[in-house]
Amino acid sequence: MDGQLQFIQLEMMVATLGLLILLADLFLPSTARRSLGWVAAGALGLVFLLSFRGGYVALADAEAFGGIYRLDALAFFFKRFFLLAAIFVLVFAVDFAARLRGGVSEYLAFILFALTGMMFASSANDFSLLFVSIELITVTFYILVSFQRHRLHSLEAGVKYLILGAVSSAFLVYGIALVFGEAGSLKFEVIRGAHGELLESNVFLFGMLFVFAGLAFKISAFPFQVWAPDVYQGAPTPTTTFLAVGSKAAGFVLLIRLFASVVPELTAQWTGLLMTVAVLTILYGNLCAVPQHNLKRLLAYSGIANAGYLLMGIVAQSGDGTAAILYYLAGYLFTLVSAFMIINLVTREGEGEDIACLAGLNKRSPFLAFALALCAVSLAGIPPLAGFFGKFLLVKSVAAKAFGDAGYFALLAVAVFGVVVSIYYYFGIIRAIYWSKHTSVDSPVSVAWPTRIALGLCVAAILYLGLLPDKPINWANAAAKVEEKMSVDKK
Amino acid sequence: MNWLLIIVLLPLLAAAAVGFVPGSQRLAIRGITIGASGLALLCALIAFCSFEVGTGFQFETKVVWVKSLGLHFHLAADGINIGIILMGAIVAFAAACCADDITHRVKEFHILLNLMIGGILGAFASMDLFFFYFFHELALVPTFIMIGVWGRGANRNYAMYKITLYLSLGALLALIGLIGVYVQTGAESFSIPDLIDKVREKPIDEAAQQWIFPLLMFGFGILVSLWPFHTWAPLGYGAAPTATAMLHAGVLKKFGLYGIIRVAIPMAPVGAQSWLGVLAWLALANLLYCGLVAVRQKDLNLLIGNSSVAHMGFIFLGIASLNVIGLTGAVLVMIAHGLLAALAFGLSGHLYRQTGSLDMSRMGGLLRQMPLAGSALLMALFAGCGLPGFANFAGEITIFFAAWSAGLKTVTVIAAWSALVIGGLYMMRAIRNILHGPLRGDWAKAGDVSPLIATAHGLLLVALLVFGFAPGLLTKGIEGEATKIVRLAKPAER
Repeated sequence: MDGQLQFIQLEMMVATLGLLILLADLFLPSTARRSLGWVAAGALGLVFLLSFRGGYVALADAEAFGGIYRLDALAFFFKRFFLLAAIFVLVFAVDFAARLRGGVSEYLAFILFALTGMMFASSANDFSLLFVSIELITVTFYILVSFQRHRLHSLEAGVKYLILGAVSSAFLVYGIALVFGEAGSLKFEVIRGAHGELLESNVFLFGMLFVFAGLAFKISAFPFQVWAPDVYQGAPTPTTTFLAVGSKAAGFVLLIRLFASVVPELTAQWTGLLMTVAVLTILYGNLCAVPQHNLKRLLAYSGIANAGYLLMGIVAQSGDGTAAILYYLAGYLFTLVSAFMIINLVTREGEGEDIACLAGLNKRSPFLAFALALCAVSLAGIPPLAGFFGKFLLVKSVAAKAFGDAGYFALLAVAVFGVVVSIYYYFGIIRAIYWSKHTSVDSPVSVAWPTRIALGLCVAAILYLGLLPDKPINWANAAAKVEEKMSVDKK
Repeated sequence: MNWLLIIVLLPLLAAAAVGFVPGSQRLAIRGITIGASGLALLCALIAFCSFEVGTGFQFETKVVWVKSLGLHFHLAADGINIGIILMGAIVAFAAACCADDITHRVKEFHILLNLMIGGILGAFASMDLFFFYFFHELALVPTFIMIGVWGRGANRNYAMYKITLYLSLGALLALIGLIGVYVQTGAESFSIPDLIDKVREKPIDEAAQQWIFPLLMFGFGILVSLWPFHTWAPLGYGAAPTATAMLHAGVLKKFGLYGIIRVAIPMAPVGAQSWLGVLAWLALANLLYCGLVAVRQKDLNLLIGNSSVAHMGFIFLGIASLNVIGLTGAVLVMIAHGLLAALAFGLSGHLYRQTGSLDMSRMGGLLRQMPLAGSALLMALFAGCGLPGFANFAGEITIFFAAWSAGLKTVTVIAAWSALVIGGLYMMRAIRNILHGPLRGDWAKAGDVSPLIATAHGLLLVALLVFGFAPGLLTKGIEGEATKIVRLAKPAER
């Protein structure tokens, strides 16, 4: 068993860290509890570094616990991704602590537990682990979303997320049951081997459709996106960030595992369906974002649109498509983290996050103004930033299929339309920052040092991913190759 | 020497340098910007003079940027783009001089201006499709912010969104076309020479060409204000600050034309054969429709904007004829029109600064009031009608010959008629309204241009005249490259 435990060493460290924080809460005075967030972020930084340790990396391409848990380049990529996201969210949570009104340590601990779930999800090689890790994520998010019990919006968001999340879990578990009933196993390996025959069975297809629906809820794809705007807006902003980045990426790692390597033939058969979902998600997200004034709500709709762009990578059904998803997600992580952090800094409690709050930001803090403008430009997909290169890779992966298949062309046309619409509302943010008239406050914004460092790192990463993509694209390719190779081996 | 690298880097470095100067140091900011663009102009001039015709790529810089995708940072000059880069550098310097009218948030404006100049010059110097696109897009955000913050008129918010959305749409359509070229050739490289080698071996599948060419033609076409996607141009230029309008109308707009000549025709010749006929008729619509719209304008900026859209029709017509003289003429008009548009917008910017209005019905007698600016405007408007002696004439007449010999006879006759009559009509009317007659109300206090701006305008005029009397300076280089492109596009006539 010892040999097997080393596979989950990172997850164990993170979970232990969560428990230690809960313990430390008992011994620390209430004023010092906030700084636990910085301690936890530092510790996660250490875990992040440990994930590059030779002994751990050497475990790649092996399975543990009877094959339900798998370590490979894709898993490494996503574990590091989630760790980074959690570090930023923890730093962010310290800033936010005053607005939580108590329970700071629990809040921090729940972030770590959700992180554990995400890290397990990235290694899931079996429907049972898939379900358990998704539930670990979702259940902790029920709490994280409604953590500001004194705010009606937060509670409303919590209830909405609880009800719709439960429905999606029901979809997922029902789908898994149907798949199990037909395949006789929950292991991805078995299904991969047998899925040629399984495709004949309608029960299996129904099961997979339900599983897809459950995961589509996680990534907020149409028609399972209705929860996103309300929950994003109502939840405490660090939760929103983690939901937008972590939970969405967890959905995508599972989609990649399932649809790119376990059942590639099914994906090919469902190209039309996936394409339709992508098209509708892009249209819905972008068109609904146009009239929004609340920044968190705007980013929620833009998050839906981005889920649509990311689905293009699945539709492309190639290693390039998968690599493009990874690259895009990495850029999305840094962009959204810094955008939400800045929105939180600029708006004050109780005022809401109206876009008018950004007026005069240019004078209040030129750095924050520049960073937020950079995020908007990157989300709009304009060079030389991360968002552009991600979109470029996604479009390229779809265009590789488009000549000779009009459906892919329609998808590209919708994506172009979506991007043009999105430029309208993203540039609205820039306009609000630099030349909107009604300035209510002109006090300088004070930014704590850890937050400042986090923001600086995000800005540097956005520029790095946009300007020097050579190395990161190799990482994304290496992670994506795993799945491609596995699906080719089986053929 | 890698002159091109210096030319592209100078403005970008200047943007960074201005970032470190405190906003109150207006003189230093202006000095850095004008100095950098002046140096870039000097380098462009040296490069242009030392360019040897017919020896392939020169002043080359090639660095692998993303190995797995075959992206290179590849700058190089050949007969076509060396002239355009020189024109771009002249306009950039002139625009930097004319940015004198910016009085608030000077620092931010100059950072954006330098970024835009770097993007524009980089786009024309790039021989890699990715960077070609990348540099072009670098100018998009500055354009948006410049119109929003420093723009003119009550309508500027509308104009700013319109120009940004149209340009994004065009750029994205072109991007899909460019990626299509990459995917279909299987070259594993975005480098234009590599792609051309690949196409020479094995042309792109004909069915795919029928998709790629219209994507590129309309994508690039929108960037050049091809009818009926032209409405952003007059509006956007009317609302933009002087320097932005000069750079945009003068240089950036030529990007789409350059793309059609450089990429669309050589990569998708079969697609071109079936779509260039359509382009010829759309070009005619540009000439006639936008010319007639220009006749109706009362605002000088809208007149210049519409006439500049109309002039794009000549270039499209030259491209549509798809023969050596047609392409040569097209590039010649691109360069001539770039200088002319910059001059016209520079002058209208000066006039606007005097009274805050460009209503032509309330102008008059300005030639006496401001002899320098007035005579420059006179010459600019004459050059706009295609008066011999200016570079525009040389290009336009070449295009008429080309279109006639390519068999587009009806189009040529109508185009020649409209160019002479309609163009003459609105230009002459503008001259009479603005420059002659009695001096009207507000304009009595108006002053002439400052020496700095006069130098800028003079430089543009000199370039127009030099290339007008000696178009051979440009055409020698262009012809060689145009021949190669035509050979690729029509292998049968080799």
